Amino acid sequence: MITKRIIPCLDVRDGRVVKGTNFQGLRDVNSPVELARYYSDHGADELVFYDITASAEGRALFTDILTEVASTIFIPLTVGGGINEVADFERVLQCGADKVSVNSGAIRNPNLIEEAAKRYGDQCVVLSVDAKRVDGKYTVFAKGGRESTGMDALEWIRFGVDHGAGEIVLNSIDTDGVKGGFDLEMLRAVSEIVSVPVIASGGAGKAEDFITLFETLPQVDAGLAASIFHFGEVKIPELKALLAQHNIPVRL
Amino acid sequence: MIAIVDYGVGNLFSLRSSLSAVGAEVTVTGDGDALRRADKIILPGVGAFGDAAAKLRVTGLDAVVIEEAKAGKPLLGICLGMQLLLERSLEYGEHAGLGLIPGDVVPLSPPDGLKVPHMGWNALQFSELRSPIFRDLNPGDHVYFVHSFHAANCPCVTATAEYGIPVTAAVGRDNVYGCQFHPEKSGPVGLTILKSFCEL
Repeated sequence: MITKRIIPCLDVRDGRVVKGTNFQGLRDVNSPVELARYYSDHGADELVFYDITASAEGRALFTDILTEVASTIFIPLTVGGGINEVADFERVLQCGADKVSVNSGAIRNPNLIEEAAKRYGDQCVVLSVDAKRVDGKYTVFAKGGRESTGMDALEWIRFGVDHGAGEIVLNSIDTDGVKGGFDLEMLRAVSEIVSVPVIASGGAGKAEDFITLFETLPQVDAGLAASIFHFGEVKIPELKALLAQHNIPVRL
Repeated sequence: MIAIVDYGVGNLFSLRSSLSAVGAEVTVTGDGDALRRADKIILPGVGAFGDAAAKLRVTGLDAVVIEEAKAGKPLLGICLGMQLLLERSLEYGEHAGLGLIPGDVVPLSPPDGLKVPHMGWNALQFSELRSPIFRDLNPGDHVYFVHSFHAANCPCVTATAEYGIPVTAAVGRDNVYGCQFHPEKSGPVGLTILKSFCEL
């Protein structure tokens, strides 16, 4: 049976991994290459790299780092951040990325999803959505969760999948950084409307949160987190052993 | 020297890197003579079967791959490259493959609303035709899959993965091998497979 995936996420700026709480107050954690190797050696099923650099120099540095990671680490790599056009897909795929995650770039230009899916295949296009409850409605936020688009998150996700997104990363801004567990209610709403893999993001604070996630929502395929892994609060081998004890299929 | 067939399909970065990581000398080439000179050939591929088969035919590399395989040179097809080894595919119409392995490529249709593509890490179960490229693996070792079609009506299945149905994970006949999964993305298990192939 296909296993549930545990995915550390590495936000990279100016060549270093950073992670904020509620997207604010970034802290430098570690070298991306070292951290990627550590995770690969310690049970990560996949890695996500987000390029949160704004400058051209930073972008070039990110591409170099990605190349180095992909030359030495042989698990699936997803890359996001600064993906605004098909040329950006090409840029990161040539450096060894397997999947490309679009967020704000697809909000600005929704055609990007379909253009990229046609060229590289649905399996290559990940739609990453930052969503937050506004007036009782799941609303899409852009620019790293800072700016409301007013769009309904469920409608946006349905549009994305209909146009070729092969996977959804759902990041709940309401639970992100709070460490009180994943946003099960929002994840359930999304899982009910799509047939592609859904990756839960935002809110994991301890290993038990992953058990609750997969036991409550067996249709969710993966759990993604950053700081709890980076700071060693949750160690992936121990997390996976615990999941296995709860009869949740994992790669040990 | 291991030659990776470059026929304009897919990204060969990880495959090249993973082979280098197991100590192989690698060339990525679309040149028929380079394939003839190589000790072993790897046929990669992602995307649609029909497009890939057409590209392989237009470049004339299909004939070289068939000729070299029939002469006994070890050949490994990966993902769509594995599917191309079979006789035909029913992906959006009917397309002829290289015919090096008997069988068809058909849509995956798992039961119980399981998602297609079959994507993620799944455990290998070996058939009695255990392939030498899996000599250092254990049943239950996990490898990484991403695919919506798989081999059927094939008497040369060497490994399967359980996904409501037994999904064809690998095929093999004589010196011709195929993996539906991505060894270059399957961590240490995948590297072990590539190493075994390189050492054939």
